[in-house]
Amino acid sequence: MIGYLVRRVLYAVPIALAVSLVCFMLVHIAPGDPVNAIVPPDAPQAVVDQIKHEYGLDKPLPVQFGLWLAHVGQGDLGRSLATGRSVWSDLAPAVANTLRLAVAASLVGFVFGVGLGALAGAFRGRWVDRVATTFAVAGVSVPHYWLGMVMVILFSVTLGVLPAMGAGPGGDSGWAWDWEHARFLVLPAVTLSVIPMGIVTRTVRGVVSEILNQDFVNTLRGKGLRRPGIVLHVVKNAAPTALSVMGLQLGYLMGGSILVETVFSWPGTGFLLNSAIFQRDIPVLQGTILVLALFFVALNLLVDVVQTAIDPRIKRA
Amino acid sequence: MTAPLVRVRDLHVRFVSKDATVQAVNGVDFDLMPRETLCILGESGSGKSVTLRALMRLNPPRRTVMTGTVMVGGHDMVAVPEALLPNIRGSVVSMIFQEPMTALDPVFTVGTQIRETIRRHEGVSGAEAGRRALELLELVQIPSAKRRLGAYPHELSGGLRQRAMIAIALSCRPKVLLADEPTTALDATVQIQILLLLRRLQAEMGLGVVFVTHDLGVAGEVADRVAVMYAGRFIEEGPVGALMREPLHPYAQGLLGATVHAGVRGRRLVTIPGAPPDIRDLPPGCAFAPRCRVVEPVCLATVPEARVPVPGRAARCVRVMDQVQGQVQEVAA
Repeated sequence: MIGYLVRRVLYAVPIALAVSLVCFMLVHIAPGDPVNAIVPPDAPQAVVDQIKHEYGLDKPLPVQFGLWLAHVGQGDLGRSLATGRSVWSDLAPAVANTLRLAVAASLVGFVFGVGLGALAGAFRGRWVDRVATTFAVAGVSVPHYWLGMVMVILFSVTLGVLPAMGAGPGGDSGWAWDWEHARFLVLPAVTLSVIPMGIVTRTVRGVVSEILNQDFVNTLRGKGLRRPGIVLHVVKNAAPTALSVMGLQLGYLMGGSILVETVFSWPGTGFLLNSAIFQRDIPVLQGTILVLALFFVALNLLVDVVQTAIDPRIKRA
Repeated sequence: MTAPLVRVRDLHVRFVSKDATVQAVNGVDFDLMPRETLCILGESGSGKSVTLRALMRLNPPRRTVMTGTVMVGGHDMVAVPEALLPNIRGSVVSMIFQEPMTALDPVFTVGTQIRETIRRHEGVSGAEAGRRALELLELVQIPSAKRRLGAYPHELSGGLRQRAMIAIALSCRPKVLLADEPTTALDATVQIQILLLLRRLQAEMGLGVVFVTHDLGVAGEVADRVAVMYAGRFIEEGPVGALMREPLHPYAQGLLGATVHAGVRGRRLVTIPGAPPDIRDLPPGCAFAPRCRVVEPVCLATVPEARVPVPGRAARCVRVMDQVQGQVQEVAA
């Protein structure tokens, strides 16, 4: 088991490298120049050249990438081109904010998704199933930035019960778990939870109805188990599939939704990426994407480990 | 005379859906005595498994309409409320299924699946249930029983899995054991081991067994009595030896004629022409009439009553009386 974990952690290294390289190249393929975003339009060429030199942008691309890697290896994600602050000082609070949003959204989405999906699967073809499936399809289909705006109009503008944007008093890094702050979390979290809710509903519905059709459920009924006993068996059989989908969804949420964070001005990674893209802020982009990719890898590893613990048929090869 | 363990009278089972009503069982009567093995023999779709499941009311509750009398160990399985069924299942009557790979939950160990049954019915401590589970695995002759308690179903061979299934079924000492083709999915050498095990356990525990199969050889091996099922009816019933030697119903005759056994060496096997009827739309008369080589006009009009030519044997065929009289005359002459 330890060997398996170590191997899986080592797999993350080539994944992180590949992600960084692709991201690096994309930024450079895209039109526009980071320096233009910093200097005034009428700055003399000498100044531009000097800035390029200071940031290492005058070196060949492979060298730039190599230098960046060497720094990352020492735990230094570099400096933002736009603000001059270290990338990490912007990234850390953004990651924390996105984490809060993602966990809140996935809690809402997974609880409703699992509940609706289990009901729909157990009562397949009946009205409960039709209602749940309708919710699921609507959740996946409705564009969430649109839903976000509608919710802002309804709850912030018309009813005035919830704030429309930001993360509460103290801004980016002033978070605390009290209602003063949490009320800012409600609308973006609910908006963001709708897609995972739909996907989890459909997955759980499929798995549950498939399991209920299996022979062993008849065995369980035949040996006199009551409903709670049978539910326990269904849960343990459904858990590996449901968990892997939920892990993936949490991974996507961790990536921070650029659209939803922008709609709600939520100071998370999506918001950070959005501004970094506009300013061609390569170090911020690179650092953010690397951290998110690592999160994704870690989450997948966690799901794999939990799955192996639940389902004896999955071998830790 | 002791009371029968199972008493079934005029059992009808229909599956109702929007598109069609399937008449799976159409008037089945039988008794099962303690220590007796009744084998229900029939081809796929003849209603034998549905009959078996009806004894535990295991057919899908929402789509099934079940009428008639089904008494199992003194419980009225037609009338008992749904909430009380779990108390009867597993403790009074339990079932072994056909496919041991899919009939066990893949993500729980064999030991857990036995223990939960015992604890459900007898409310004993976990340690006590564990001890009983070990005894049961030894009873069904699983080697290294202690280690196998912690094994998952996929870690066992088909034969061992079926033994574990039997251990679960017997874990709360039921009076009636229902076996739904328990050896069909196993290869021949394992098959006979399981049959011998079942026979021994039946004798030791005094079980009544209803055994469903389509395999005449298996029926000959385990049965005291055999019932041949066709289109949801018992078309013939009798002691295994007599029925196998001298079947009364043309379908039973055809079935035996189409089977390889010692008596047919050197001869061509005879097949039954045609196919079983569509049980969504049964003919008004004898369901076998369209395929019968000795069909008479009366066969097409009404379903023949069961006739009893000699005590203990019965067949639903209008020709049965004549046939036996003819044989008596032959013997006399």
